Amino acid sequence: MKVTLDQDKCVASGQCVVAAADVFDQDDDGIAVLLDPAPPSDRADDVEQAAAVCPALAITVQD
Amino acid sequence: MTSTARPEEVHPSAAPEFPMSRAAACPFDPPPALKAEQEQGPLRKVRLWDGTTPWLVTRYAEQRTLLADPRISADVTRPGYPSPAPLRGTSFSFILMDDPEHARQRRMVTAPFTIRRVEALRPAVQKIVDGLIDEMLSGPARTDLVQAFALPVPSLVICELLGVPYGDHDFFQVNSKTLISRSAPPEARAAAHADLIGYLDELMGDKIAGPADDLLSGLGTRVEAGELSRREAAEMGVLLLIAGHETTANMIALGTLALLEHPDQLALLRDTGDAKVVSGAVEELLRYLNITHGGRRRVALEDIEIAGEVIRAGEGIIVPNDIGNRDPEVFPDPDRLDLRRDARRHVAFGFGVHQCVGQPLARMELQVVYSTLYRRIPTLRLDTALEQLSFKHDGSVYGVHELPVAW
Repeated sequence: MKVTLDQDKCVASGQCVVAAADVFDQDDDGIAVLLDPAPPSDRADDVEQAAAVCPALAITVQD
Repeated sequence: MTSTARPEEVHPSAAPEFPMSRAAACPFDPPPALKAEQEQGPLRKVRLWDGTTPWLVTRYAEQRTLLADPRISADVTRPGYPSPAPLRGTSFSFILMDDPEHARQRRMVTAPFTIRRVEALRPAVQKIVDGLIDEMLSGPARTDLVQAFALPVPSLVICELLGVPYGDHDFFQVNSKTLISRSAPPEARAAAHADLIGYLDELMGDKIAGPADDLLSGLGTRVEAGELSRREAAEMGVLLLIAGHETTANMIALGTLALLEHPDQLALLRDTGDAKVVSGAVEELLRYLNITHGGRRRVALEDIEIAGEVIRAGEGIIVPNDIGNRDPEVFPDPDRLDLRRDARRHVAFGFGVHQCVGQPLARMELQVVYSTLYRRIPTLRLDTALEQLSFKHDGSVYGVHELPVAW
């Protein structure tokens, strides 16, 4: 699983952190930070949830 | 083949009026006429108060697609914008702007709403909630839950976060109620807006003279640095103050009413010690109640092809999240309140770049409230008949005016 994050699009909703805190974090202004661009496959559901709830469509997940 | 006319062929006088009325017997459900439009198709035409006929987006998938599309504008001053009421010289700051200015201003206020900062506030919110419940329990065993609890919790929290004196709560609560009411005369709304701006402007002056550790002081620093005009800072303050207390207050009172009407669901919250169950319940209540009714309003900047239709540049678009959250394709048996369902993909906070900036705070407050109130007052009950309650049909935020409870 390969995850990419477009920080320019991020609107700091923090929902990726709620969905998968070990894969995403936020900087001090709330902009998402990708901690793990290749998370283990058992994290797939949470990472897909993070991508789905991102209001700015800033997260892309590839199998 | 169906014989239904395509929406653009519908004569304006034939398009249904929007917003539509809820059914008195089903105060938690979107208007039946809105549900009927959803069944007809994902894109419909409706008629507004001024005779214009914008697009109504009825289904979840199309709602998310359009709200995330950069070819739509939230700028209320653009021709074709489907205004919910006569323009009245008021502003709601960056929520009615487009990028890049929207993004620039929004990023000035995101810092206090990071998950980490919001979690750090949880003990303080718990203390506020417990204190208000202590007060309720020390008085007569009946009260109006709105005044005693639902309104003070988020007002105290947002005042603390912004640096607004809570002692002024009567003033800003009365004025924000007028400002977001569709039925208040335009002059009254304009006056309420002017009063709130004047109040925030004065407060901004205080913060610039003597900054503290709060959000308004942070904006004051930006005014001093020339990144923001003082007027813009005051507008942002009004937006955050209103959004910070009206919405959550209505979720607390209306959510409690919904739970009292569904005792089996209320028991789930009362009996659990599991934070995951509580957070799941909050998402379902947000989906089910969807208190921001009347729809997100946008206008197309270019022709947009979607769901077999073409939305032309300059046409208005209305996205009523309440019906999106009741889309049976996404939420099976959508009219059932089911605190155990996975409702996390709801659009109660909107979608796209304008999605609610304060949502982590709202969620945390609701988690604390719902996990505490019914556990501490297990005999809480409605102290009137459901039919006697008066609902907020005319505002941009739905809820109940008063909620008499006893225990």
